Amino acid sequence: MRMLRVGRWITGIALLLLVGVYIRALVFTPVERLQGLAQKIYYLHVPAAIWTETAIVLVGLASAFYLFLKDPRLDRFAAASAEVGIVFAGVVLTTGPIWGKPIWGTWWTWDARLTSMLFLFLLYVGYLLLRSAVGDPATRARYAAVLGICGMCLVPFIHFSVYLFPTLHPMPIMMKPSPPSMPGSMVVTSLFSVGVFTLLYVGFVVQRYALSYLGEQLEASGEGGSGKGDG
Amino acid sequence: MRSPDLLRHAWAVASKDLLVEFRSRTAIVSVAVFVVLVFVVFQFGHDPTAVSNFDLAPSILWVTFTFAAILALNRAFQLELENQALEGLLLAPIGRGSIYLGKLIANLAFVATIELIGLPLLALFFNVPVLPCLGPLAATIALATVGFVAVGTLFSAMTVRTRFAELLLPVLLLPFMILPLWWAVLATGRLLASRPLSEVAGWLNMLAVYDVVFVTIALLLFPATVNE
Repeated sequence: MRMLRVGRWITGIALLLLVGVYIRALVFTPVERLQGLAQKIYYLHVPAAIWTETAIVLVGLASAFYLFLKDPRLDRFAAASAEVGIVFAGVVLTTGPIWGKPIWGTWWTWDARLTSMLFLFLLYVGYLLLRSAVGDPATRARYAAVLGICGMCLVPFIHFSVYLFPTLHPMPIMMKPSPPSMPGSMVVTSLFSVGVFTLLYVGFVVQRYALSYLGEQLEASGEGGSGKGDG
Repeated sequence: MRSPDLLRHAWAVASKDLLVEFRSRTAIVSVAVFVVLVFVVFQFGHDPTAVSNFDLAPSILWVTFTFAAILALNRAFQLELENQALEGLLLAPIGRGSIYLGKLIANLAFVATIELIGLPLLALFFNVPVLPCLGPLAATIALATVGFVAVGTLFSAMTVRTRFAELLLPVLLLPFMILPLWWAVLATGRLLASRPLSEVAGWLNMLAVYDVVFVTIALLLFPATVNE
């Protein structure tokens, strides 16, 4: 299927560019004075975190539109976005402790930001579990949409609580009202990395979307045309 | 639909559920026993010489209420599964919003009863002075309960018709419960320590916003969980 191939190509290019990000980060970007090499994980951690949050918002928006339009494509996209989101959340939750151990001296702390990322991860897990627990495709899409919208509405609460609590976590150094508080070469590397993660997200989602489409086709033909997978 | 009708129909649904519960009383008695047992588990689950009961009281209170509420919420739509009662309810000439509100009211009444039993028991077992701050504490409990019961009622309408319903509800609901639970624990701790009300006003505001947002969303989304 053409879409699957396109998705594979995008992902392949994005993975190659990710190698490029790390060559740039290790060779052409200065070493941070206090954190040393540990800071290099920033170029993986932050873009993944940005896309974890964006993906859940996209799941919520696709879900909201699904409830109005009942277009199975929106449901397929929401499911794909959630699966990619959980992978990115996994990346954030893995790279965070690896950085935290040398810098903070602990793998995990119940800091607001870490906790909120864990929340998102659990939301994604719940979303995918709910999908797997419903057999009928139309019901599954409706239920998932309801949960997706609720999840999206929870995100501002999670995000807001970050600013209510004293936190160990570094504050945003790029996405803030004042200019970024790091050298230009680091900003360029970060932006490059965010771009690469955007491409990765697109590549993964396109592949996942194509796969679930093929799965539905197979299901529909397997049932001898009696049940339509699209619902 | 006119709002008096919405509320009248909601009340009809709620009173039906409450009447069923009142006639049998099995669920409320089981959950009350569950609350006592969780208190006992907490008592033996920590070393009172290391962590005083007083310090742990807010956590005990809210963890107990959380688990008791989940038990109660699982029950709400299970009632309707027998003899396809839900189909009957959906065929009734009332709005979906009324059904949701009715279920919400019944669940709130049920959870409030558990909390009415749980709070004095907490004061008794763990020697916590709840009387001096009873008003603000009741407000905190009410605000937190409305928030998570609103979400829980919506989710239980979905999970009840999935595989492993009893397990899925807590997995879906707990991420939504942790925030109100967290604010409520912080507020309860300060109230029990007789801190001024201004210190907890922020948490109560957050709880109120959470309630408004999620009751509204649940009202809007509930039809999607039952419409075929």
